[in-house]
Amino acid sequence: MSIDSIDRKIISATASGLPLTPHPYREVGNWLNLTEEDVMARFTRLQEEGIIRRIALAPNHYALGMVANGMSVWDVPDDRASEIGPQIGALHFVSHCYLRPRSLPEWPYNLFAMIHGETRDAVEGLRAEIAGLLGNDCRASDILYSTRILKKTGMRLTERA
Amino acid sequence: MRREPLPKDALDEADRALINTLQDGFPVSAAPFAEVGAALALSEDDVIARLARLRDIGAITRFGPFLDAAAMGGAFCLCAMAVPEERFDEVVTLVNAHIEVAHNYERKHALNMWFVMACERPEQIKEIGAQIEGETGLKVHLFPKLEEFFIGFRVQA
Repeated sequence: MSIDSIDRKIISATASGLPLTPHPYREVGNWLNLTEEDVMARFTRLQEEGIIRRIALAPNHYALGMVANGMSVWDVPDDRASEIGPQIGALHFVSHCYLRPRSLPEWPYNLFAMIHGETRDAVEGLRAEIAGLLGNDCRASDILYSTRILKKTGMRLTERA
Repeated sequence: MRREPLPKDALDEADRALINTLQDGFPVSAAPFAEVGAALALSEDDVIARLARLRDIGAITRFGPFLDAAAMGGAFCLCAMAVPEERFDEVVTLVNAHIEVAHNYERKHALNMWFVMACERPEQIKEIGAQIEGETGLKVHLFPKLEEFFIGFRVQA
């Protein structure tokens, strides 16, 4: 799948957000000298192709009271990961769960699960819940709390691929 | 970006309904705000005014298209570095200067800087990782995803 130069312009123009006007796709068309129909057809196709995952709102977890967000990390046997991963990913308090390579010796963990809660204590409780679920499959674990957001722009395209 | 919770009374029921609904998606149509409003018994003007306010008070971080680097033929990669405290600000500037760095967080750990690269070509991950190592003199650990276990988490506002 690929995007052409007009798709690229549309994506770049809306990277920081859709305009809050009654006809946002017409407005994007006005910026780029495209018709509303063309802009809508391209957004539809880009979503069908999965290049745009979705057009949506991202809430600010912190503002909504979920101030304790921890990246829990686990060292589980590689041959158990495919069975364990979906169970952890299905937990209602886990937003993302990934299997990743270790980076030894500094980093022995291969399963990453983001946990969201309203307090550190709550998040620690949820972490214990995961530990209980993993049982002997957990060989080591840690949790990393974010202390500062240093950048959050989302994916940006360069002018030319 | 706002890091503190909003006062309890900052959002009313309609604001919460909007946040919950729009996390799932937003229509591609000539009058999408009117369409969203119709489902929630809000007028088009009200939906637009509420979203503008939610953005201004920091209740939402983004409203628009979310891209998938992999579907575009590219790749995402989680990366981490152990940055000496006295060099932290200098290294933040060097790392964030790369347009491919989409998010960057400080975390409490020996590996104290965690960022995500979003690249249009998969080979850029290693190239930019190496560039950052050259610019900073520090090792960049690459943690590409091998498998994703994701069910569809939504914050309940």
